[in-house]
Amino acid sequence: MEENSYYLDDWQRDILREVFNIGAGNAATSLSQLMNMHIDMDVPEVVLLPFSEVADQVGGEEEIVAGVFLTIDGSASGSFVFVLPVESAANLVSTLFGFPKGEATAFNDMEKSALTETGNILAASFLNAVAGLTGMTLSPSVPDVAVDMAGAVLSVPLIRASQDFDYALVMEAQLLAQGDKIKCFFFLLPDPELLEVILDKLKVAADGYQR
Amino acid sequence: MGISVNVKMGEYSNGLDDDILTTTALGSCVGIALYDPQQRIGGLAHIMLPFSHQFRSSDNPAKFADKAIPAMLEKMIGQGANRHRVWAKIAGGAHMFAMPVSSDVMRIGERNVDAVKAVLRQEGIRIIREDTGNNYGRSLEFYLRDGRVLVKTVGHGTVEL
Repeated sequence: MEENSYYLDDWQRDILREVFNIGAGNAATSLSQLMNMHIDMDVPEVVLLPFSEVADQVGGEEEIVAGVFLTIDGSASGSFVFVLPVESAANLVSTLFGFPKGEATAFNDMEKSALTETGNILAASFLNAVAGLTGMTLSPSVPDVAVDMAGAVLSVPLIRASQDFDYALVMEAQLLAQGDKIKCFFFLLPDPELLEVILDKLKVAADGYQR
Repeated sequence: MGISVNVKMGEYSNGLDDDILTTTALGSCVGIALYDPQQRIGGLAHIMLPFSHQFRSSDNPAKFADKAIPAMLEKMIGQGANRHRVWAKIAGGAHMFAMPVSSDVMRIGERNVDAVKAVLRQEGIRIIREDTGNNYGRSLEFYLRDGRVLVKTVGHGTVEL
């Protein structure tokens, strides 16, 4: 894999969209069980972006977002961020956890833990799906949340990943709960090995299936 | 009229007189403003990582403190700045996530600030103001007319360096 010139062909994009869809489905099911309400997730888009364009995906570097960050260890490594524009984050804590709607930029500790826990469940079930499909072991770290400018929130995973790879996989999704649409984003920043393994293993699996 | 340039993550830019150099949403990255007040020549860098030799990927040297700072300084000197008059103001290097992970990756903000200070010391450039650390993001506006640096935050006010 050459640095700086990485792109996905249609076939690889299809594989990744499928992986993300299964991951998202898994994540929505876990969240539904925890919250005891029906939650669906729509995945309209999966893109592989160079770092310079990552913050634009969520509305620009200075857009205020809530980001739940965790690192991935196991057969391969990388990091994962669940990002919600602040309005979506406020919506999520009131819809899912029943907190009264407050000021969208200031979250108290309880609301922050609610966001962290949501990110944790989504990440863990998402990674489980990817692990199941690829035969890898992927363990998420303890997560933490930051509410700040998108560029600042994303700087941590971007710095981590930029040590060897300048692209991120971004999935835009919508959580559908109680008639509310909550816009959110999943960022998977794979170390090069992780992306390679995902694509390889899935290609092998699909080739076997076609035969 | 001067021009306004936004310096992206892993880049640097030089300017003079009425120019304004900005950089947005520094998290664990560090912004370095260098300035010769007499010639009103300056530069702003947005570095992501400390030292280039510690990492595999070095396709973009400007993302490293040890590459961006000397290159930016050389360019200023080429434009007529005097190294002995040049000062630095630095901001950023936040610890965005409080996680119980002892890895170097999680301390990257602090490591970036340390690296920037070491490189500036080596270049003989003094730091006259700084706003580093903590756990929040910062956007910078660097006015080359007078060397002012405005640090803007979400929920932590605006500071003038």
